[in-house]
Amino acid sequence: MAKEKPPAVQVKTFPDHHVITQPNPLRGVLRYVEDKDLDDPVARAEKALEDLSGEFDNWMSIECDRLASAHAAILKDGFSALARDELFRAAHDIKGDAATFGYPAAAAAAESLCRIIEHAPDLAKVPAELIAHHINAIQAIIREQSSIQRIGVANELSKRLRGVADEYLTAVNHDRPEHLEAILAPSIVPGE
Amino acid sequence: MYRIDFNKLRFLVCDDNAHMRRILRTLLHSFGAREVYESEDGATALEMFSHYVPDIVITDWSMPIFDGLELAQMIRQPEANGNPYAPIIMLTGHSEKRRVTMARDAGVTEFLAKPISAKGLYQRIMNVVANPRPFIKTKNYFGPDRRRNTNNSYVGPERRTGGEMEVMQQPSLLDKARIPG
Repeated sequence: MAKEKPPAVQVKTFPDHHVITQPNPLRGVLRYVEDKDLDDPVARAEKALEDLSGEFDNWMSIECDRLASAHAAILKDGFSALARDELFRAAHDIKGDAATFGYPAAAAAAESLCRIIEHAPDLAKVPAELIAHHINAIQAIIREQSSIQRIGVANELSKRLRGVADEYLTAVNHDRPEHLEAILAPSIVPGE
Repeated sequence: MYRIDFNKLRFLVCDDNAHMRRILRTLLHSFGAREVYESEDGATALEMFSHYVPDIVITDWSMPIFDGLELAQMIRQPEANGNPYAPIIMLTGHSEKRRVTMARDAGVTEFLAKPISAKGLYQRIMNVVANPRPFIKTKNYFGPDRRRNTNNSYVGPERRTGGEMEVMQQPSLLDKARIPG
């Protein structure tokens, strides 16, 4: 869309690689504005997000139901590959969405659950309560957001769950260095 | 300072989560974008990529059928139809360093860890528009140069052979703007 005509590609050849440079096909979409220009696209987008925020509680509730259904299917039929993937995706979506939707403690608990699913050598051997506690905590944080947040329990709950999960994962991965390294590595997200 | 004319850009957004697609659409539209195509899995995204020829792809990692990493690898086929040089922004809940490395090695241009923010998304888009990196093609990699900076004090083996590096850096528009006259 932004391209005027196909740009000429220059190729520099080396013994084991090529360096390919093409004139920037998107140069036409940049425009210079004076510093005093008051239009701020980021502020505009933040405002649009704020306008959308009335939907967030409902969306979070839908995500929470999806997680509970995935867990119920596992309790009924065990950990098939399909059931595992559904539980992981439901938890992973909450991990990614919940902070945007105003539930950062739920995101932290969901992250802890994702780590269990990703790094436990055998999910069938993970204590059922460990997974259940995560699901229950996420549900409680989302459904009782205002009261639980008010008394400051949500963050502490997520922190404790993460501590227990990490202790379990460290123990069961003692002979799996690649998993151990991933479990102990710091997150790239600032502030975590 | 420079601003992006978002109304001249065509986006392809790929995320299996409808709520996240709505967030992304809201952000892109409020930046000024008019053309935002959406797909909920990697396979559909690949079809849409060939059909709509987007300027920028924004993709999630974890998705059914094939994921965002595989989508990036399929886009980065030098002989494929479509535009293998298209900037790919990976927007994901994965936040481990090894995931960033995997995404980089699949040819992803920018990595943005969730939770998403308007500022973070804008910065990544600005970066791919204003500072495109040269592409490197080796036996097992085709994608943007994974070396973002030249480190003159680097000590260690040179993994690219061929003597002195002769990367043809394309001066970014922002750099050009800083040069007087």
